[in-house]
Amino acid sequence: MFRSLTEPTGRLVTVSLDGRSVELPEGDNLAVALLRAGHGPFRTTPAKAAPRQPYCMMGVCFECLAEIDGVPNRQTCQERVVPGQSIRRQDGARSTGSAAAPAPAARGTP
Amino acid sequence: MSHAAFAIVGGGLVGAGIGYGLAKAGHDVLLLDEGDVAFRAARGNFGNVWVQGKGLNSPAYADLSRGAALGWRAFADELEDLSGVPLHFSQNGAFYVCLGADELERRADALMAAEAASRIPSGIERVDRAGVAAVIPEIGEAVAGATFCPLDGMVDPLRLLRALLSGYQRLGGRVQAGGRIARIDGEGRGFVLRDASGIVATADRVVLAAGLGNAGLAPQLGLTAPVRPVRGQVFITEKLRPFMPCGIHFIRQTADGGVICGESSEEAGFDEATTRPVLRNSAAKITAVLPLLRHVRVVRAWGALRVMSPDGLPVYQRSTSHPGAYLASVHSGVTLLPFHAGPFAAALAGDWLAPDLAVPFSPERFHV
Repeated sequence: MFRSLTEPTGRLVTVSLDGRSVELPEGDNLAVALLRAGHGPFRTTPAKAAPRQPYCMMGVCFECLAEIDGVPNRQTCQERVVPGQSIRRQDGARSTGSAAAPAPAARGTP
Repeated sequence: MSHAAFAIVGGGLVGAGIGYGLAKAGHDVLLLDEGDVAFRAARGNFGNVWVQGKGLNSPAYADLSRGAALGWRAFADELEDLSGVPLHFSQNGAFYVCLGADELERRADALMAAEAASRIPSGIERVDRAGVAAVIPEIGEAVAGATFCPLDGMVDPLRLLRALLSGYQRLGGRVQAGGRIARIDGEGRGFVLRDASGIVATADRVVLAAGLGNAGLAPQLGLTAPVRPVRGQVFITEKLRPFMPCGIHFIRQTADGGVICGESSEEAGFDEATTRPVLRNSAAKITAVLPLLRHVRVVRAWGALRVMSPDGLPVYQRSTSHPGAYLASVHSGVTLLPFHAGPFAAALAGDWLAPDLAVPFSPERFHV
């Protein structure tokens, strides 16, 4: 459905997407890379479990949430592709149990 | 230009609540709202229906708050039915947590003494840390205990204002928005209301419910509204699975899952800004009370201005120099809503404030 206007500049790296290995361009905006890889829905809503995809792509709508490296509710449009990262669909509201904070070095944003 | 039997200045929770009650009783009401440039306590507030600790030195205010809280369930049901807007009202009681044993001791003693002086019981209890943990297991070790009042509850304040304005209009009430009422004159047996550009409306009676705006309008009608802005800063977290069966005085989990934290009281004039030291302090306190929130992210923060009288109590007044002019200045627009829409609106319709209302809440108490 989505294609890049230009050739991706980053090298392809392996990340884990819902447990399977996929190749994404390193450094690409994560939401963009996931959309191009056909990932979806990104999350389901807390209230009615409705499926959601990225909408605003600028950090406002919170529709692009995913669990990244065990940390729930991360905005994928504000992250970049990092080798070895693990991305899982965000199902409903996060629990308070999995409360690990992302270490600054593990964040995809430079 | 419009004419109405009642003109209400102020379209927040207080004005819309009074208008709702008057319209429900069949009166012709015009609500004059400043528009979105207004300082909107109604859109910034925390959403607590709160009884405990109110009126420690005023049994009349304690009873007013308790009576209103007891009427909240029926009012919420009626308003939801009429407006179709879900209010997410719950009344499962709430804790006021204390971090130190001394603080708990002092607070519990003061509340128990006030309980004995009030006509309407609030069911206040003192609970130790284990008692809080039995309801909210995630409570922090730093908490010494709490006072618990079963009448305390919560509501979604944004949906509440929307529901109220929609219900009011369904009952036949009119809203005129945009334009700050600057001048009100008594003329003949009625009133003429003007904004900067001229006459906005005429009315047989007028009710000032303009929050902080009451201070400037009141003297024109022989009324007194000694209110000042007291800022509160509030933040809300990302949505979490429900884990709080009831509220803590400055923390509540919304029906949508976000945790709201509001803890500050500041003298900052008419500045609605948020400041980092205050938010940092609130974050430190919320994580001491609920350590599991330490890694939860905050998604929004905002400041809002409370409408505060010198003693924190409401001011209700009927003008003697301008018959038919009334004033309501309160900071607990959520808690007292069933009172404003019920007994207070009925008093206005009867053009009389009974002594049990007129005496304890008159601004004359400040002239000593």
